[in-house]
Amino acid sequence: MLRNEPQITPELVAQHGLKPDEYQRILALIGRTPTFTELGIFSAMWNEHCSYKSSRLHLRGLPTKAPWVIQGPGENAGVIGIGEGLACVFKMESHNHPSYIEPYQGAATGVGGILRDVFTMGARPVACLNLLRFGAPEHPKTRHLVSGVVAGIAGYGNSFGVPTVAGSVNFHNRYDGNILVNAMAVGIAKANEIFYAKATGVGRPIVYLGSKTGRDGIHGATMASAEFDDKSEEKRPTVQVGDPFSEKLLLEACLEIMQKGCVIAIQDMGAAGLTSSAVEMGAKGDLGIELDLDKVPCRETGMTAYEMMLSESQERMLMVLDPSREAEAEAIFTKWGLDFAVIGKTTDTLRFVIKHGGEVKADLPIKELGDQAPLYDRPWVPTPARPVIEPDSVSPPLSNSDALLKLMGSPDQSSKRWVWEQYDHLILGNSIQQPGGDAAVIRIGNGPKGLALCTDVTQRYCEADPFEGGKQAVAEAWRNLTAVGSLPLALTDNLNFGNPERPEIMGQFVLAVRGIGEAASALDFPIVSGNVSLYNETQGRGILPTPSIGGVGLVEDVTRTATLAFKQEDESIILVGETVGWLGQSVYLRDVCNREEGAPPPVDLPRERKAGDAVRKLIVNRKVSAVHDLSDGGLALAVAEMAVASNIGARLETPVNTLPLHAWLFGEDQGRYVLTCATKETDSVIAEIMNAGVVAKKIGVTGGDSLTLPGEAPVPLARLRSAHENWLPDYMQAR
Amino acid sequence: MKPAIVLFPGSNREGDAARALELTTGRAPAIVWHADHELPPGTDLVVLPGGFSYGDYLRCGAIAARAPMMDAVRKHAASGGLVLGICNGFQILVESGLLPGVLMRNAGLRFICRMQHLRVERNDTVFTRGYRQHQTIKVAIAHGEGNYEADDETITRLEGDGRVAFRYSDPDGNVTDLSNPNGSTHSIAGIYSEKFNVLGLMPHPENLIDPLIGGVDGLPMFQSLAGFSRAA
Repeated sequence: MLRNEPQITPELVAQHGLKPDEYQRILALIGRTPTFTELGIFSAMWNEHCSYKSSRLHLRGLPTKAPWVIQGPGENAGVIGIGEGLACVFKMESHNHPSYIEPYQGAATGVGGILRDVFTMGARPVACLNLLRFGAPEHPKTRHLVSGVVAGIAGYGNSFGVPTVAGSVNFHNRYDGNILVNAMAVGIAKANEIFYAKATGVGRPIVYLGSKTGRDGIHGATMASAEFDDKSEEKRPTVQVGDPFSEKLLLEACLEIMQKGCVIAIQDMGAAGLTSSAVEMGAKGDLGIELDLDKVPCRETGMTAYEMMLSESQERMLMVLDPSREAEAEAIFTKWGLDFAVIGKTTDTLRFVIKHGGEVKADLPIKELGDQAPLYDRPWVPTPARPVIEPDSVSPPLSNSDALLKLMGSPDQSSKRWVWEQYDHLILGNSIQQPGGDAAVIRIGNGPKGLALCTDVTQRYCEADPFEGGKQAVAEAWRNLTAVGSLPLALTDNLNFGNPERPEIMGQFVLAVRGIGEAASALDFPIVSGNVSLYNETQGRGILPTPSIGGVGLVEDVTRTATLAFKQEDESIILVGETVGWLGQSVYLRDVCNREEGAPPPVDLPRERKAGDAVRKLIVNRKVSAVHDLSDGGLALAVAEMAVASNIGARLETPVNTLPLHAWLFGEDQGRYVLTCATKETDSVIAEIMNAGVVAKKIGVTGGDSLTLPGEAPVPLARLRSAHENWLPDYMQAR
Repeated sequence: MKPAIVLFPGSNREGDAARALELTTGRAPAIVWHADHELPPGTDLVVLPGGFSYGDYLRCGAIAARAPMMDAVRKHAASGGLVLGICNGFQILVESGLLPGVLMRNAGLRFICRMQHLRVERNDTVFTRGYRQHQTIKVAIAHGEGNYEADDETITRLEGDGRVAFRYSDPDGNVTDLSNPNGSTHSIAGIYSEKFNVLGLMPHPENLIDPLIGGVDGLPMFQSLAGFSRAA
């Protein structure tokens, strides 16, 4: 039964998120009024989420190349060579809006989507990570959102069977109405067996694989491209429902037919479902695509062409198959109990033709659907510079020991064990370094190689100075990967910002991207994949600018890595890098002094690199026993974490300098590490670092069952530990 | 020792089990498809691996317990063959009637993945002869539904017959409420069948076979099994 299709009116166009000038562009392109299905297709292809219309212009300048990069941005995921014929495939993607509306399913399908991006390229997923930002702990929805998002990530990843090895969780009231759920997946493939979306050959079968199509998720990508308002919760039906079981079967079936050589091109159905996957395959291969929707496996009866083209039902794939291998491929899918249907073919017309019930529902130029998407050079203004806060101008409201206890038990700095113990982080038996360290380390197969993985961003720095904040996010990821002993190779970014139509938000975006580019270039740490999430606003209030960075580093020998826990008593504690006591935008200033103020610490990239290279060399040569990077909370928090992780205390000496002690302890100067070594190695370790042109100084010794800050009474480790471990479980248990 | 691992749709720790078996027996185990009907001839040990067979839909283990291959597994067990069910494999064993009781949602209602100590209750079975009596071992747990329950009569019988294989404990081997991660009755982490040829347990000894990754307290179980052969 065909339903009457609605008339195309300005209201209908507006409901599809298309601006009047964008609609004019459509009319000019096709020379007639679009059908209802065509309007839906344009809205899916030209929304911010799929077209990157506000961001494309600025992303072009990012460094994306290096000798080890096999595939940069533009495919389902980035690919880098890691030696011995292997490649690492990875990407990070946001699922912010769905996770706010329906936290469990929103987060779960975020994980499902990013896993699909990775195995679509022929890689077997080996690790998941995430970066989560929630509203203030006291906001009435926060507890519910934390609980649902964490359970959703766990529910999907655990069942799919991939370890979730690292992540980042922060709270801030600017995320009250718009949380961030950024999920990253990492896979391993053979470097010469990577699969791409580009279709080749005319008249080849286009095959639909996986779960059936339902009415869920229609307009999901359009929702992700709009601000939230007080009606947002009514959008719950646009959130898809995840089925990790189907995804696991889809993974096994896809890898099996890829291995048999049946696949010519493959694309997962993610945002904008069948529309975006089919257009991508055709446009990339300079081919037309003809689909017969009567052949699409549907979960419900009576679905229209419009609904089928816009459905975001999960766990679906589109492939172009080698026609001679169709039967073989079908047998594999049948074995795994998955739908397999030939729903169309490639053509030489460069048209995207949709047939349903004997009628042509859409006939559009395929290349232009992507290439001619609007591109905006939106007006932007730079973020006003904030004053540098002199260390002497901040008077300490608490003793340093009390300040440390307060920070150890603060929402952002407290242990996230409550979160990561819900994630299976041990499956596959390769998790060398588990959650809670600077970066996760996973072994590749039976070793000796491994990968180091992390996610990072310091959004309060980005808010105060987007350019320095963008640089810092990259530098911190690089530093975390270095602190475990890996060589950072490449990154994926997930750029979460507010409404780009506001010049001050666009300014944050433009400058943060420049900062990311500058740091990525200076550190030889190219961007190989990414995702942009704009319109993260509720009722006109934007989130903190949050350009999340997912980093990947290579470990040549997993027995030559470092962890942050102290290893022995009576070892020297050495501080690497320059300390000026930078308190602007520090967590000390925010959480101890209640001042969110000042310019963030600048990152000196050449110095960052020198310090990191020196530290990595010491780790690989087994000269140091424990290593931790310095970030939020500075030196004091780093040393406290090292002590708590090991149950070995430490005593810090009074520094010989003119800095106020609290600035020395809690300043967040960049490019620094704390490391330990045997007492007798102290001079040679310091000499090696100084020879690399980096400052290093012995600042204390390990030992005992408490942490002693200069001039203060010892703080028992048990007190530090309970402050650190109890905040989150206590918070989640409270009603 | 000739092991076979049954692969169900949704199994996901079969590779981990295969790695432990290969390390200790020197050869890769056979991977058996759930929809087939026969085990490879001469199979000594069947492993039902961890995972989420059939997505844990309906009840965890319930659908897998009715797979065609499970008839062969029941036959194998009835004739004295060894069966090891780990995590989801344990859930399948109780659903298929090879072991008594049921695995409920964890008492805390959350999935838990962490290192956990166990007390080895007896070291005179083919599964545990590599351990010392009452040895405390550290293994991984990773489950949402590992809360072992059975009626009083069954618990009394299991206890009386010495069929409790492992109990959750603290690092010193004390079995307390605090050391019980999921609310299991009597802190039961694993149980044997009447003839001690079937073992089901929630923890993952197969993930503790490598000093680089958490330790090697899982190895003795696989080493014990590697020395077994029905033909011998």
